Amino acid sequence: MSEVQTQNDGGAAHRKKIWQTFWILLFITALEFTAAAFMAKGMPRVVLYITMTIVKAFFIVGEFMHLKHEAKSLIWAILIPCVFVVWLLGALMFEGDSIFVSH
Amino acid sequence: MSAIAQNNVADNRMWSGGVEPMKASYGKLMMWFFLISDTFTFSALLVSYGLVRYSFDSYGGDADNFVSSVAYWPIPEKVFDAVPFLHGMALPLVFVGIMTFILIFSSVTMVLAVEAGHRMDKPEVEKYMLWTILGGATFLGCQAWEWTHFINGTETGMVLKDIVNGDWIQKTVFGANLTQNQYGPAAFADFFFFITGFHGTHVLSGVILNILIFYRSATGYYEKRGHYEMVEKVGLYWHFVDLVWVFVFTFFYLV
Repeated sequence: MSEVQTQNDGGAAHRKKIWQTFWILLFITALEFTAAAFMAKGMPRVVLYITMTIVKAFFIVGEFMHLKHEAKSLIWAILIPCVFVVWLLGALMFEGDSIFVSH
Repeated sequence: MSAIAQNNVADNRMWSGGVEPMKASYGKLMMWFFLISDTFTFSALLVSYGLVRYSFDSYGGDADNFVSSVAYWPIPEKVFDAVPFLHGMALPLVFVGIMTFILIFSSVTMVLAVEAGHRMDKPEVEKYMLWTILGGATFLGCQAWEWTHFINGTETGMVLKDIVNGDWIQKTVFGANLTQNQYGPAAFADFFFFITGFHGTHVLSGVILNILIFYRSATGYYEKRGHYEMVEKVGLYWHFVDLVWVFVFTFFYLV
């Protein structure tokens, strides 16, 4: 799709999209700082951080790395292996907590 | 064989067998698979950070009265609160924020270079590649400062009780190394060095690749080749480095 646009308007729409993504990323980072400064430590803040990180990752991988516009098989080939990483992260954090309790 | 007849994509995207799996060129697909393997390496570091982090106690009291101790994990915003030229001021995470901004911005200039490459616009590719190189080098400079500050520590240090020859002694620790640091448990500094160091190494190799790409586009190598796909492939790597920083920023500095 974006390649068609490139041919039609000299890439102006694509460039606009790039800057749009930049402002979104900047806005989310600013929001993270506001949370760091004004929100109390605790679970809601951690959940907020992780959600924002995933949103940022979505924009970087989807727009900058262009994965959103690739073939479906490629998208899944990249995303599915990462699911195991998320599982491992969760599993070992629980494991760490058990080590702490058993000390 | 009908696949060949139906496919009318540009020749450079075809694999040697005359097909184009996943609608991506060989080089681009291999870059993606390399990045997946690199994701696992970085994940291993971050996952083990999570494991060790939760096997330590966290600081229970009020953040304003925070004192470093080996008994619990430090609060990152109390550790990383220094900014160059603003000595003695507590500015939590401001410098890391600046570094994050620099890296995101250099990602934008990289994707603009890729976009210019699609249009075969040589001067624009050169311009944006130079901005990207500048961003990467600035980030590395910031990281060098951050490391220096972390290693040398603050004036106050941390009072540590230790057993030497069977007697309890009290000593003050300044800065950090792999066995001891003034911020908290030894593992905290170890993870700082390994995670940011491994990421910094990636940034360094990214800057070197970017310089190579800039040189080759400036000397007309890609123009002669007829496409700027190499910019795209190195771009993927560069965005990945930015992406890793987003995760390091969250899991090491924020949470």
